[in-house]
Amino acid sequence: MTRTAIDGIVRPKGARNRVLRFLLFFILGLFVLYYLLPLFVMVATSLKSLEEIRGGSLLSLPRNPSFDAWGKAWDSACVGVRCNGLRPYMWNSVAMVVPAVLISTTLGALNGYALTKWRFRGADTIFALMLFGAFIPFQVVLLPMARTLGLMGLAGSVTGLIFVHTVYGLAFTTLYFRNFFIGVSDGIVQAAKIDGAGFFRIFFHVMLPMAPPAIVVTVIWQFTQIWNDFLFGIAFTVGDSNPVTVALNNIVNTSTGVKEYNVDMAAAILAALPTLLVYVVAGKYFVRGLAAGALKG
Amino acid sequence: MPTRRIPAQWIERHLPKLVVSPLFAASLLFVYGFIAWTLYISFTRSAVLPSYEFAGFIQYERLWDTPRWYVALTNLFIFSGLFMVGCMAIGILLAILLDQRIRIEGTIRAIYLYPMALSFIVTGTAWKWILNPGLGLEHVIRGWGFENFRFDWLVNPDMAIYTVVIAGVWQSSGYVMALFLAGLRSVDDEILKAAAIDGAGPIRTYSSIILPIVRPVFLSAFIILAHLAIKSFDLVMALTGGGPGYATDMPATFMYSFAFQRSELGEAAASAVMMLVTVIAIIVPYLYSELRRTGR
Repeated sequence: MTRTAIDGIVRPKGARNRVLRFLLFFILGLFVLYYLLPLFVMVATSLKSLEEIRGGSLLSLPRNPSFDAWGKAWDSACVGVRCNGLRPYMWNSVAMVVPAVLISTTLGALNGYALTKWRFRGADTIFALMLFGAFIPFQVVLLPMARTLGLMGLAGSVTGLIFVHTVYGLAFTTLYFRNFFIGVSDGIVQAAKIDGAGFFRIFFHVMLPMAPPAIVVTVIWQFTQIWNDFLFGIAFTVGDSNPVTVALNNIVNTSTGVKEYNVDMAAAILAALPTLLVYVVAGKYFVRGLAAGALKG
Repeated sequence: MPTRRIPAQWIERHLPKLVVSPLFAASLLFVYGFIAWTLYISFTRSAVLPSYEFAGFIQYERLWDTPRWYVALTNLFIFSGLFMVGCMAIGILLAILLDQRIRIEGTIRAIYLYPMALSFIVTGTAWKWILNPGLGLEHVIRGWGFENFRFDWLVNPDMAIYTVVIAGVWQSSGYVMALFLAGLRSVDDEILKAAAIDGAGPIRTYSSIILPIVRPVFLSAFIILAHLAIKSFDLVMALTGGGPGYATDMPATFMYSFAFQRSELGEAAASAVMMLVTVIAIIVPYLYSELRRTGR
């Protein structure tokens, strides 16, 4: 058997196989269109004027592309009674996502390290119990969390959201770092202990320098999850402190005035841009996060 | 030994536990404590304000007497069934096609998977526009000469839930593709060679040799999709807002609406507990087997 035998099941030789090969690319191409179509429609619509949208076709290219709708979506579209566009809510999301990602990643790394390299009695039970937190439907904690945030004076604030995302992000970050550190040889840690290094010295000088792949995956995953969150945002914030997903939903579902589809689409693209950029730049790591933690949806 | 060195040693020795315990305590409180609180509230007459007087199963009786809850459950069954079948069918098909060692595989895979990086709110907004009865697909297809074409699912109470399926499958099918592609790639080349020597064609090779080998992937994909379906909230809110009326309500939107809009804390808590029980029934056996596989 030649090498071609394992180059896939559909081999590129013979007339019959050439037909199969064509069919293969045809179907793959169709699905490329299927996945790209909504993105194309969003971008095209956002560049059209309202008249062109009403008169033309969903699938046509804009005749006179203009970024007017983008400008409006950014700083003058109305979210309820406030007409400052998406800009203040984008900053809310940034102010929420940066600390929440940093804190949950740091704590998850420490936790995963302590649970694998300083194994004490009950470590596995603790891990299993914490892991469960990644899979609960959050509806079951919404009511007590709303009251707790009220008691802490964090109701309706971005700080409250940081807290919530950190608490419920810990399960995933711990899971990921635990699975990473479990693959690191115990011998390295033993050697460092014999040299007299303590818990934190080993963490900072031995473990962390090995961990960048795990850190990148966790940061990207947490960033995407927290940026895209809607449930906590809508349940725990009001008006001025809404994250961008909630503001976008409010813009799109507002029932007053003329429906400005081009502004809606521009706002949707703006809200999606940060996570899309991360995906384009670091898709490989995003996929690794998916493999590890897609259960946490 | 001087007494002041003992605490330092004690701390050093117990440092790992000292680091883990506050995090573990937070998890106990914010996950298990909160679940317990919700569970307890579901057994009280709580309405606008929580009451702590035990009242038995009254909220569960009310919940199962609420027509809207049956709408939510019916929708959950329709949605999760079609969502899972759709994602699996598309995901497996694309994984097999991409497994044919084609040159631009990386690019195509990235395109199939990008919706997973989007918020469901963005996906919902996009599909809400595409499915717009006046100006969306309906308009396009009428423009192609089919003057009487009607596609008003978004505002049709009987059909609106299927628009959620359409958008959900678009977002998540690429993810199933990625899962299966990784599974297919892990199949030993020797087995493929043996199949080729025995003269098995592509369809037979996949249906009777490769797919049975990657059976565990079916289980993972099933669990992940079922979990996504039960928790689906964002997509419904963005696409239909649960409407028309409450025609596209799901348990997650039902709970949110009763908790935050109608202030029926007890009934909302009861519905949240029903969601939790469903997720536990699916997830715990899976987690148990996973932990046994990966643990030492």
